[in-house]
Amino acid sequence: MARIDLVDLAHSYSGNDAPPESFALKPVTMTWRQGGAYALLGPSGCGKTTLLNLISGIVTPSRGQILFDGKDITPLSTQKRNIAQVFQFPVIYDTMTVGENLAFPLKNRGVPKAEISARVKRIAELLDLAPYLNRKATRLTADAKQKISLGRGLVRSDVAAILFDEPLTVIDPELKWQLRSKLKALHRELDLTMIYVTHDQTEALTFADTVVVMHDGRVVQSGSPAELFDKPAHTFVGYFIGSPGMNIVPAHVDGREARIDGHTIGLHRNYGVLPADAKIEIGVRPEFVDIAPPASGLLAATIERIDDLGRIRFARVRVGDSKFAARVPPGFSVPDNMAGLVFDPAHVHVYADSLLVEGVA
Amino acid sequence: MDKTVNQKAWFLVLPVFLVVAFSAIIPLMTVVNYSMQDTFGNNQFFWNGVGWFKELLDPSTDLGERFFASLWRNLIFSAIILAIEIPLGIVVALSMPREGWTVAVCLVILALPLLIPFNVVGTIWQIFGRPDIGLLGYTLNSLGINYNYVSNEFDAWATVIVMDVWHWTSLVALLCYAGLKSIPDAYYQAAQIDGASRWAVFRAIQLPKMNRVLLIAVLLRFMDSFMIYTEPFVVTGGGPGNSTTFISIELVKIALGQFDLGKAAALSLVYNLIILIVCWVFYTVMTNAGAERPQKEGAV
Amino acid sequence: MGTIPGRRLIISLFLIFLLLPIYWLINMSFKTNSEIVSTMTLWPHQPTIENYMRIFTDESWYSGYINSLKYVIINTVISISVALPAAYAFSRYRFLGDKHLFFWLLSNRMAPAAVFALPFFNLYSAIGLFDTPWAVALAHCIFNVPLAVWILEGFVSSVPREIDETAFLDGYSFPRFFIKILVPLIASGIGVAAFFCFMFSWVELLLARTLTSVYAKPISAVMTRTVSAAGMDWGLLAAAGALTIIPGALVIWFVRNYIARGFALGRV
Repeated sequence: MARIDLVDLAHSYSGNDAPPESFALKPVTMTWRQGGAYALLGPSGCGKTTLLNLISGIVTPSRGQILFDGKDITPLSTQKRNIAQVFQFPVIYDTMTVGENLAFPLKNRGVPKAEISARVKRIAELLDLAPYLNRKATRLTADAKQKISLGRGLVRSDVAAILFDEPLTVIDPELKWQLRSKLKALHRELDLTMIYVTHDQTEALTFADTVVVMHDGRVVQSGSPAELFDKPAHTFVGYFIGSPGMNIVPAHVDGREARIDGHTIGLHRNYGVLPADAKIEIGVRPEFVDIAPPASGLLAATIERIDDLGRIRFARVRVGDSKFAARVPPGFSVPDNMAGLVFDPAHVHVYADSLLVEGVA
Repeated sequence: MDKTVNQKAWFLVLPVFLVVAFSAIIPLMTVVNYSMQDTFGNNQFFWNGVGWFKELLDPSTDLGERFFASLWRNLIFSAIILAIEIPLGIVVALSMPREGWTVAVCLVILALPLLIPFNVVGTIWQIFGRPDIGLLGYTLNSLGINYNYVSNEFDAWATVIVMDVWHWTSLVALLCYAGLKSIPDAYYQAAQIDGASRWAVFRAIQLPKMNRVLLIAVLLRFMDSFMIYTEPFVVTGGGPGNSTTFISIELVKIALGQFDLGKAAALSLVYNLIILIVCWVFYTVMTNAGAERPQKEGAV
Repeated sequence: MGTIPGRRLIISLFLIFLLLPIYWLINMSFKTNSEIVSTMTLWPHQPTIENYMRIFTDESWYSGYINSLKYVIINTVISISVALPAAYAFSRYRFLGDKHLFFWLLSNRMAPAAVFALPFFNLYSAIGLFDTPWAVALAHCIFNVPLAVWILEGFVSSVPREIDETAFLDGYSFPRFFIKILVPLIASGIGVAAFFCFMFSWVELLLARTLTSVYAKPISAVMTRTVSAAGMDWGLLAAAGALTIIPGALVIWFVRNYIARGFALGRV
């Protein structure tokens, strides 16, 4: 068990001399708390698997250091790092029984027999695998196989962290939920650092207490699910998280006012004068924009369609050239295609070159 | 994957059935027919019942003695080349480069002996092994080893075995290489994380994953070595004496050399039966091994 | 991919072991007979292409190559075209006797050529195909058709069934689906199967020699002629042997990127 520090860590598959823009992982410095449940979230190709493989030691970084509890482990091999990893597809040693699979990492490390069987028994109980210990592992279902892969990590008493690389990809939808709950329960029980890579925001937000969002080789935000939702640090986080994603529209921002398409909306904070050459946008989640009957004080919009999600309805509208999603208040019936938009100023954020600008209250 | 029952599928199989039946069943009937008759030349045939079979399976007769001697020789030969080629093929497959242009070069050179006509394989080794003009024979003799595959039984055997290893180890190696290629990287990474030694990786991952191709390799190598004819025939002609006369060579001697059709046919049938039985055993083992792992998970 | 210590040395030694006898053959093919017999030389000291010239100018020699290629190509075409529908049937459907039929087919792949040599001789003489490329091509079908079915079945099984179903829903007739959709999808499999058919037909000698006498004589049979009154014509034999390696080497070069997949018989 350990705290993990990444210090100026970066990696390029074509070597350190490659142009900085081509790096699969751009330099990042951050700390992973001991006992934390982290999710690495991002679309495929964003560098999240690279980061995971750097931590596990499968890939050696082009630059920077990885510290476990302050100790530099960058040059150490995977074996010496005390890391466990669960892969996308279940890795099972075909010829072995479930019990032998679980015992494999301990046997390789020369642990005494009695201790092995005690550990295997305990982990099998923890993972509900006890009844299958003497069965051939190949005959089990995919979710049981993933549990075995996880179990091979858990049997070792010395693991610093457990890494998950999209572990639910091959699991049936209804079992996904079960397995995820199991993971959460294990996390609480065992006080382990867990890092979970996924491109599925629901998986990330339900599993982790800290979600690290990556985009184009960069960590763009790291925070609790609520922070990501309320205050995305980057426009990418805004539209990647949430369904529908955040509305991002170009605007002119001056002090406490933003002008979109000739219409002025009030802001909660004062943004002063923003740099002139930056691309200025405002972002607001659909949950904080309401549809209203058209009125002179409101931003005029054309309704294109209504999505009824059951508990909530969203209107897809068009404002000038930009598309917008907005909440349809309960009981509100849309008169015709024209509508006005009501903003909640507290949740309107300003972005300069895609990065959040902190205003002054 | 569940297959649907559809008897019309027979129409799709019919062409194959006809082509193979034409080449297999009609000749086989001829053989059965011959095996029960005796001939004194001039296309005159006499009914002989199971006489040839009795003679064949009785080691005290000349035919029986020749049959059992060549069968025994052939079994020893097959056992030796399997014992060499299978482990060697695995080692070669494990030694293959991982990436880069060397992979293609290795694959091409490995496949080369497989595409040389059998009699040319024989010719190559005949030339290579001769003490007067062959590099191998000349070198061995100048090292003071008295090597001559024409006159010495042991040398003849050694030559035929080395030739077969040269000719066919590549097949085993390529099959194993294909099996190894199908192992996803995650397995090696997981094994590394689990602290597995090189040997443990081989035992726990590579060998089980090569299981199926190895079975195919053993089957093909056993069958082909059990039917071997051309290569030893070119090099040793079955000699010195009868020391490298394998079953096929014996059969061709009887059938085309002595034109003893009845004896040859009886030998053919017994020979074929042995092969059919071995083939069936392998097939059963293979389908059972396949049934153990019916569905491959995911897009591995 | 896990590799073993000393792998470079092992693979190098093995490749040298494979190449050395071939080198010796080629070396000898460029020597004169007097050089071969009189001295032991590691490379031709008086290089000559006379051996090759004799092959290219003597019709009985080069027609041997053409005869061999003829039956190999006929055999490959027949094997693949009858095996394709069968492979599809075995991969997709269950039908009466399918497992037995499959086993019976495979068992023919294992049948010793020596057993069939004489009956084939009688059979093809009786139907007037003796000493034509067709006789050899058809005879070789006995081991190539089962092999092609086996390989192609693996490749067809790797094509998801949904593709067939979608095509039929889109109104494709069976033959049109087969040619327009399935065949392109398993093109690499067809290449692999063709490679194996070519290989086994090209290397086989016993049947090819038994079923021909004059007009369709394959190159491998022509080679046995080099015993002349003056003893073996080693240089000529070596040149002829070296030339038989070329078609195989060419074929391998073209399929080199599919070799690994091919040897996994489509089931990687």
